[in-house]
Amino acid sequence: MNQPAEDPPPAPAPAAPVLALRNVSKSFGAVRALHEVSLTLRPGEVHALAGENGAGKSTLIKTLAGVHRPDGGQLLLDGAPVAFHGPADARDAGIAVIYQEPALFPDLSIAENIFMGRQPRRRLGRIDHRAVRGATAALMRRLGVGLTPDRPARGLSIADQQIVEIAKALSFDARVLIMDEPTAALTGAETARLFSVVRTLRDEGAAVLFISHRLDEIFELCGRVTTLRDGRLIASEPLAGLTADALVRRMVGRDLDDLYPKQDATVGEVALSVRRLTREGAFRDVSFEVRRGEIVALAGLVGAGRTEVAQAVFGVDRADAGEVRVDGTVLRPGSPTAAMAAGLALVPEDRRQRGLVMEMSIERNIGLTGLGELRRHGLVRRALERDRAADWALRLRLTYHRLADAVGVLSGGNQQKVVLAKWLATGPSVLVVDEPTRGIDVGTKAEVHRLLSASAADGLAVLMISSDLPEVIGMADRVLVMREGRLVAELPRGSATEETVLAAAAGVGGRAAP
Amino acid sequence: MTTTVDGPPDTGAGAPARGASSLVEAVFRAREISIAGALALLILGTYLANPRFLSGQGVRDLLLNASILVLLAVGQSAVVITRNIDLSVGSVVGLAAFACGRFVAGTDHGVLAVLLLGAAVGVVCGLVSGALVSFGGVPALVVTLGMLYIIQGVDYWWARGDQIGAAEVPDPVLRLGSGSVLGVPYLPLIALVVLAATASFLRDRASGRELYAIGSNPEAALLAGIPVRRRILAAYVFSGAVAGFAGALWLARFGTVVADNAHGWELTVVSAVVVGGVAITGGTGTVWGAALGALLLTTIGSVLVVLKVDSFWQGALTGALLLLAIGVDRVVNLRMTAALRKRSARHGNGV
Repeated sequence: MNQPAEDPPPAPAPAAPVLALRNVSKSFGAVRALHEVSLTLRPGEVHALAGENGAGKSTLIKTLAGVHRPDGGQLLLDGAPVAFHGPADARDAGIAVIYQEPALFPDLSIAENIFMGRQPRRRLGRIDHRAVRGATAALMRRLGVGLTPDRPARGLSIADQQIVEIAKALSFDARVLIMDEPTAALTGAETARLFSVVRTLRDEGAAVLFISHRLDEIFELCGRVTTLRDGRLIASEPLAGLTADALVRRMVGRDLDDLYPKQDATVGEVALSVRRLTREGAFRDVSFEVRRGEIVALAGLVGAGRTEVAQAVFGVDRADAGEVRVDGTVLRPGSPTAAMAAGLALVPEDRRQRGLVMEMSIERNIGLTGLGELRRHGLVRRALERDRAADWALRLRLTYHRLADAVGVLSGGNQQKVVLAKWLATGPSVLVVDEPTRGIDVGTKAEVHRLLSASAADGLAVLMISSDLPEVIGMADRVLVMREGRLVAELPRGSATEETVLAAAAGVGGRAAP
Repeated sequence: MTTTVDGPPDTGAGAPARGASSLVEAVFRAREISIAGALALLILGTYLANPRFLSGQGVRDLLLNASILVLLAVGQSAVVITRNIDLSVGSVVGLAAFACGRFVAGTDHGVLAVLLLGAAVGVVCGLVSGALVSFGGVPALVVTLGMLYIIQGVDYWWARGDQIGAAEVPDPVLRLGSGSVLGVPYLPLIALVVLAATASFLRDRASGRELYAIGSNPEAALLAGIPVRRRILAAYVFSGAVAGFAGALWLARFGTVVADNAHGWELTVVSAVVVGGVAITGGTGTVWGAALGALLLTTIGSVLVVLKVDSFWQGALTGALLLLAIGVDRVVNLRMTAALRKRSARHGNGV
């Protein structure tokens, strides 16, 4: 499956569209998510769907997947109008959707996850467990992965969960494959493998709709691109001849300022000092310092132990050895409360599960970390909570309807802003951010970067974990590289390039850490 | 991650994952085996203290006593697996038993008609609870708690302190409760048949597996095109039908029925199911385990009688067992997740 990356899409033979939207509209209450959008998917073509978060991409996908029914307009399958009454209808029509957040059954085996609802049967309608396992093993071989069919989905990494979703799509020879941000959690090698699978499917005649915030991926993989902005169709055009700048302009409707607005800051005294931190099985002997005004990136491959270090620094996981100091105070190990009291804030990687209470309102989420100061006589003062939330919403340019709305209705980028607000509102001296811009659009990304940079300029010490190399290079004053649980390199801003960071992370050359 | 960056997938990668699957299977089997072991120890110990415990009559009594609880546990499992609960089963048994009693009193209605009537009463109750939970979106705990009181109320109103005595119940019905083939009473045989059929359904039928899927991740179940609400409704109807059926058997076994038959059984049933390894959070467990749980709780009750221990200890023991079971589940679950994570991370590489 090692196809060269540069194979051009096949000559645009105008095959008959397999699936199309014609002037489709969809509203949720007063919010118009899609307004007269048209889209045509042809066999043998990888079609990109571009747009900022909140542009209507998710709604469009869910309409194609049979989750939402359009308010107006038509869905055409092989040229004939259809109505999907649920995800099962769409699936039976040969449409496979891989969602951004894989939706697996943790208690069931990988094989069961793949074939749920469509298990091969023996006599009397009984499931042929052997065939299910065999077919799963064959799919895993086709994908070139070593996942065993009988293993339960519980505990799978996001990348592996993604693999299971892809296997699911492969398992029913989907004619239309829709992928929502499939690469957000994948490493380079995994992405390359995914792309080769997608190309194979395309060459076999599948129509692919590909959503990604990474423009380079769109240009690498896709033949056409449809751009949405604020629920409206902006353009649907071939990618050949289009520049990245032009595409970004269609998405945001304005020219982007620099995506990495790193301000020069005066570096002050040491705010965070980590000495010989060790947690068995995760990382060992990790020592580093972050000074006020500095943004230090922690780079490395997925699984190198970066997130684990952050968790141990914050006290979510208890370190086996070593010490963490914030502004000179030694933190009690294994106590997030102590870490917060000392001025440490952690913005976790998985905002849905760890960063936010999705059902709670925006203002309450922002207020969560400051309940102490918002309280009088043991009661939370709602007015103060609301003021604080409004203040932060303004500073972060949050897009929302009402502050009392549940955080769950916001787009991914705006959710990330709420998480940042929640922690910045505590006035920390050290901010640890894990994958601050994963799965959020370019526009919001630039705003998050500007915010981090401005906070650092105000004297905040920032430790940023990121797998996005341009972000690491663009934002960090220093880059620490981890490999297999150890700190293996420290690169100052001048000498950190994608090549040097990668080389250190993968263990080819690179300077050893002092 | 499981990528093999260069070259063909290395076959060794299968080995750790294979280990993972057998680990999981081992854990679940371990649950059933440990309950069976505890049961065996309990029975052996009691036998040594009082040999009459394992006399023919002793064993028959034990099996008869366990049958109805086993049936209810089987029905309850189907609901709990979907991450729901049915607290109304105790009062359904009571209502069905009384309805059957009224139906046969002084008549010569056949056994089949009685069983069907019992099941039908249960189906109606299950339909109401199930519809409220699945289509109404009301939390199961509240719905079935409400149903428990409503059905109980109906039962009291209908009975008005009346009771039906064995003399009014036709002989064939009573024989169902006391008769046996080759020395094995009918009731445990019936329970075993229902148990085996349900186990096979949950293991080998697509809709059976879908119940597990719903309990494991309801949102993913929707996206997978599973008719979630219909399946949950079906689970309640099944639980209700089994409870109603058990009510008819209750009449057959005891002959006498009053308004508050099987009062408070719902909590014993839920305990049996959880002790038997069906997670209260849904998605895992088997009816075999639940049935073993029911057998264990019944046996404890009988043992306490045989050993002349005050019967109020039975409640305390059941409670302790429940906490032990949940504690063990929690620890095992954490350990297993950690082990699986490590396996997932171990073959990690990539860029």
